[in-house]
Amino acid sequence: MNKRITFKLNQETRSVEVEPSDILLDVLRDKLGVKSPKIGCERGDCGACTVLLDGKSVRTCLILAIEVDGCEITTVEGLSRAGLTPLQESFLKHDSFQCGFCAPGIVLSATELLGKNPHPSEAEVKEAIAGNLCRCTGYKPIIEAVLAVSGKWGGRV
Amino acid sequence: MAIAHQFEYVKPPTLREAVRILARYGTRARVLAGGTDLVSLISDGVAAPEAVVDIKGIPGLDRIEFKNGVLSIGALVTFNELRESPIIAWKFPVIREMTGWVASVGIRNRATMVGNLCSAVPCCDSGAVLLVYDAAVQVAGPAGKRKVPLREWFLGPRKTVLKRGEIATGVTVSLPKQKHEACFIKLRRYEGEDLAQASVTVLALAGNHYRISFGAVAPRPIAAERIEVLLEGQALSDDLIQQAVRLVPEEIAPITDIRASKEYRLHMVGVMLERGLRAAVARLAGTGPDYGTSLI
Repeated sequence: MNKRITFKLNQETRSVEVEPSDILLDVLRDKLGVKSPKIGCERGDCGACTVLLDGKSVRTCLILAIEVDGCEITTVEGLSRAGLTPLQESFLKHDSFQCGFCAPGIVLSATELLGKNPHPSEAEVKEAIAGNLCRCTGYKPIIEAVLAVSGKWGGRV
Repeated sequence: MAIAHQFEYVKPPTLREAVRILARYGTRARVLAGGTDLVSLISDGVAAPEAVVDIKGIPGLDRIEFKNGVLSIGALVTFNELRESPIIAWKFPVIREMTGWVASVGIRNRATMVGNLCSAVPCCDSGAVLLVYDAAVQVAGPAGKRKVPLREWFLGPRKTVLKRGEIATGVTVSLPKQKHEACFIKLRRYEGEDLAQASVTVLALAGNHYRISFGAVAPRPIAAERIEVLLEGQALSDDLIQQAVRLVPEEIAPITDIRASKEYRLHMVGVMLERGLRAAVARLAGTGPDYGTSLI
């Protein structure tokens, strides 16, 4: 039985028909054309499908689309509407990504962290991105990029 | 990968309505809170409910309260809400210690402690850590409300005492009256998110009382009652610790699976028990490692 859900996606109100069994990740990518959340493990382990749901990082492969009726979702497309954020610039500067598959998820996880805790320790950065797997970089340039904006973060999400 | 299985989705606005729906569907309905377990079970085809009952619309289930020495955690409280709660950090630091080792931030933003208790997998970290306290699952059902002591809650892998139409609305945890400190140690294959290969929780209370539990080494999280009896009233000594470690094989029944062998689990529970006892007692004396320090 289809149901129409309405939610904010990157600050725009979007409305879409979904089946109860539709996974949020598939709806974002296939019905709404937002491709930054990636299809990785599809079981919550890899973090490639991360978005911010009401400001919190979540795994869209483990959420039914029907659950987000009335909620607010931000992906990296929304994050960089007015240009790259200081964190994204820092990722560029530190060559933090190679293939880029994990990048949207890691940017969002780190964005959530810095929003709550503008001066994270290295341990806190590692904890924040522990659920985002990267197979290229060995994580070091990612952690450096996040630590580099520590203190310069103006709360811009 | 789209879910092939179709089901009805309902989001009742009240607990009474949720119970009514669950009573009607029985085992053909599943309760959805954070969904991190249920959605993956449905995706994998392991669960095929006719109805999914989303309880996120029920008011009052999202609270963490501490009144008269009793902590109440509602069914919608996520691991990260516990992790960020001042009352948890102050009164139940071992719960906070445990939350830091549950999956990852992105899962903890969604997954609930009560959902973890309802999933009832043997490696369920919440069950293990709460078993050292006087804890009870709050249940609402067609016959009214009841409380189930946590030591009676788990029946086996993915099995609890919940009956048809019943829903776990929260868990309560009594703060011990005596001075106490605790320690949670989780063995994993790597830093970052992983399910427990084994876990040990120790609660040390003033007057040499001890409460101990193990996770992922039996069909359910278990209280180590023989070891608790052995230690009762005695100050910790090297000899006493060795006696306790020798009882481990009588307390646990680990299996070999993808995460660890039976032999490794047996050995490591002894190692972790020793470290947990020493750390909890040292914390009680004000000299222990900070909560959150990895001891393994």
